[in-house]
Amino acid sequence: MAELALSLRRGGFSLTGIPVDGHVILSAEDIRRAVRRIAHEIVERNHGLSSLALVGMHTRGVPLAHRLAEAIHEFEGESVPVGELDIGLYRDDISSLELRPRLQRTEMPVDIDGWRVVLVDDVLYTGRSIRAAMDALTDFGRPASIQLAVFVDRGHRELPIRPDYVGKNIPTAMQESVQVLLEETDGRDEVRIMRTEGEV
Amino acid sequence: MTQEKLASATTPVVAEPPRAWTRRHLLDVDDFTPAEIEAVMQTTDAMKEVMGRDVPRVPALRGKTIVTLFYETSTRTRASFELAGKALGADVINISAGGSSVEKGESLIDTVRTLQAVGADILVMRHWAAGAPYLVARHLQSAVINAGDGAHAHPTQALLDLYTIRNHLGDIRGRRVVIVGDIEHSRVARSNIWALSSMGAQVVVCAPPTLLPTAIRSPAAGRGSIPNGNSSESLALPPVEVETHLDRALESAEVVMTLRLQKERMQSGLLPSLREYATLYQLNEERISRARTGALVMHPGPMNEGIEISPGLASSLQSVIEEQVTNGVAVRMAVLYLIARGAKP
Repeated sequence: MAELALSLRRGGFSLTGIPVDGHVILSAEDIRRAVRRIAHEIVERNHGLSSLALVGMHTRGVPLAHRLAEAIHEFEGESVPVGELDIGLYRDDISSLELRPRLQRTEMPVDIDGWRVVLVDDVLYTGRSIRAAMDALTDFGRPASIQLAVFVDRGHRELPIRPDYVGKNIPTAMQESVQVLLEETDGRDEVRIMRTEGEV
Repeated sequence: MTQEKLASATTPVVAEPPRAWTRRHLLDVDDFTPAEIEAVMQTTDAMKEVMGRDVPRVPALRGKTIVTLFYETSTRTRASFELAGKALGADVINISAGGSSVEKGESLIDTVRTLQAVGADILVMRHWAAGAPYLVARHLQSAVINAGDGAHAHPTQALLDLYTIRNHLGDIRGRRVVIVGDIEHSRVARSNIWALSSMGAQVVVCAPPTLLPTAIRSPAAGRGSIPNGNSSESLALPPVEVETHLDRALESAEVVMTLRLQKERMQSGLLPSLREYATLYQLNEERISRARTGALVMHPGPMNEGIEISPGLASSLQSVIEEQVTNGVAVRMAVLYLIARGAKP
């Protein structure tokens, strides 16, 4: 109980690690609109859907990739293959990963040689996850191009990586954290920003 | 903050999985929780995907050095650890007791300290003495993986057997799994009994009475006969059903695992003859018909075809023996990954 009280005082984290306070920056409606806009942008930039595949990065990039594919199907009447990627085996910080969730499924929907692959992730921060994801993708083949769609770009890049499609740019401080909650994984759609004070 | 607000704000459908792996060494599965076994199984799924690629190689363990140190012969265990390490991008060095300084009289502890000094992050070892990896783990900073110690434990074999069974049957809770053969001298049987029991399988062991461990022969004693064991806890075995008649044991079995019969058991007078053993305990096409239709036939290898298993059954559609070997690589990749992830630099 003392631990719970302490964690609530410090930054409002519940026992499950889901923030219980913080500032809501995108509502469910905002997320829905962002999905639709990004879906349009992807189709527009690629002049259609030929040789186009979406690959969601675990955990929350996967449901986002499926939502984008659904939206694209709605406008264009055609399906886009969706894959999923766990970058656990490509991270450069294996010894400090004890708190990370276990490896999840990796599956490419097509032989990605010559395909335009759009990587989908929830939050873009240092860029290290994207670096790992690009290493993983190139192990599967040689895509014609790799593009990046993120729902929140919070800045603080440590690598020369930039997104092609952004839901919302949210300038943050290092000690803040951005939490994307999705219906599929968390029971509701919401993006929050909060102070972590070194807790996460 | 009120309880109510806390509760309403914290009802994720899928919470992040809890931290299920904190081990630095893998010595046996006897103290594994079901969550730890699940962690290995789930990680193995990811490793199977890697093995299915055109170039089965990922950089997860780049810069790590794995040393395999074998005081006993081995084909599949050693080869699969080496392949697993290489598929994860680690450097793998193989050392056999024969041909190394062990022949000059170097002690086990000095040998492993030397290997640590040259930079081994993970030591995979097989030794004829039960308990040897436990001793080594106490003297090393490096992580230790037991690849078989005497008649005591072979944890990665049990994990790969479990993975193979789950691939075919899904949840193994309540499934009847029969282990046939020299249970007393088998580290494979011992580790399998632990792993299968902790996942809720109904384990049956079947052997001539002379090849059953004392712990099982006289449950009142509740103790096995593992030399060099330190904690008396680790000497016990979980409760299993014992059957000396193979045909009865096979009734409604869903998995049958037969063990290699070591020929030296005849010299020590535990068996009258190989032919008698084959007559009473060989797993063959006729006998397997007593088990459930499609029951899985398993063998940890190497096989004595014609003794504990008939050649026809070993290569039949029911046999998953080759699959066990393939899964062995993926399971060992998973174990190496989890151990390396847990080990402090």
